[in-house]
Amino acid sequence: MIEVRSLHKRFGDHTALKDVDLDVARGEVVVVIGPSGSGKSTLCRCLNRLETPDSGVIRFDGADLPAEGRALARLRADVGMVFQSFNLFQHKTVLENLTLAPTRVRGTSRAEAERNARELLDRVGIGEQADKLPAQLSGGQQQRAAIARALAMRPKAMLFDEPTSALDPEMVGEVLDVMTGLARDGMTMVVVTHEMGFARQVADRVVFMADGEVVETGEPSAFFDSPPRTGPGTSWPRSSATSGTAVILRRAGHGAPPEKG
Amino acid sequence: MRVSPVRVLRAAGMAYVEVLQNIPLLVWLVIAVFGLPEIGVIAGLFTTSVVVIALYQGAYMAEAVRSGINAVPAGQGEAARALGLSFVQSLRLVVLPQALRTVVQPLGNIAIMTLMNTALAAAVGVVELTAAANRVNLAEAQPIWIFVTAGLAYMALSGVLGLASGALERKWAILR
Repeated sequence: MIEVRSLHKRFGDHTALKDVDLDVARGEVVVVIGPSGSGKSTLCRCLNRLETPDSGVIRFDGADLPAEGRALARLRADVGMVFQSFNLFQHKTVLENLTLAPTRVRGTSRAEAERNARELLDRVGIGEQADKLPAQLSGGQQQRAAIARALAMRPKAMLFDEPTSALDPEMVGEVLDVMTGLARDGMTMVVVTHEMGFARQVADRVVFMADGEVVETGEPSAFFDSPPRTGPGTSWPRSSATSGTAVILRRAGHGAPPEKG
Repeated sequence: MRVSPVRVLRAAGMAYVEVLQNIPLLVWLVIAVFGLPEIGVIAGLFTTSVVVIALYQGAYMAEAVRSGINAVPAGQGEAARALGLSFVQSLRLVVLPQALRTVVQPLGNIAIMTLMNTALAAAVGVVELTAAANRVNLAEAQPIWIFVTAGLAYMALSGVLGLASGALERKWAILR
């Protein structure tokens, strides 16, 4: 459904993406992990062209991503995006946040858009907050509203750019629960996150990035539980989420010499 | 225009603001009143003054609105475009409404400044409030009372503008 071929992106002197390839099949949940500055957010933002790549190809449903304009707007309408900082429209109520794009872009009637919006808000568990302003909600509630806002466009795929990084720890769970539900319902998802537990339990495939490159990709079980390929005689804790990070960082060449071949 | 992604528009906006703001209003009035007839543009004194003052204050308004647009977090526009809204729609429905709410007070101040600057039109012969007071004074020779009264009239008008902008600001306050 989403194909990325040899994507490059620079910001001034800094190379954010180097020759990145990625394929996401329909219904697949791909989790992109990696240290800060590894280019994973940039990759995510390139997928709906909020960031314009310098070179490379991105295809969505077999068609090249169009340049800025009407065609791109149509494509973005089909790809939901959830941001780290929620980005709910501050001057509109939660309900209006959900109905704005369906009425303006899809031409849905106000009544139908509101009915659909209320259903979605119920589904993410904040139905009673519909008439409040975003600032009156907790971070977790705002992010759930933002997910509902993206779903209101009935997207074919969803991009999540570090959806839980700006949240207090006690609110991370409620957002991940909503995302897990979405994944179970068969949504095609690209999730940039630091949540190893989520990657392990929900991902169909985990992509590990470092320094703008895809270093490794594989199924979460192989990724987190397989015996380490680096450093003989090292014992690896396998259960906790943090051990996953250790394994991955080690594999990326942080802390141990990478294995050849 | 100065926040436009189109370079030509941005340059035009910048030229407008810089040219208008960096020359005093009185000079503009004199240039317009005496210069425009020279190049064949004949308009009444009143019309000329209104247009010049409007253009001049417009430059200040533009700068206030620009600061408001810059105060809206970039993520707001990004979220709008990510939902499939066009650039114009995201500006009109998401960015500008928030920008204008943050600059109600500065815009109110500019409106009051516009009112005060109308007094300068007296210098090029338009009979507005100050010139009218001056004429009455020439006939009655009561400068203090006549100009204090004119001053009170200015205060009353600007008071109305100030109250209106304050009320708008409270009504449109956005929580962040």
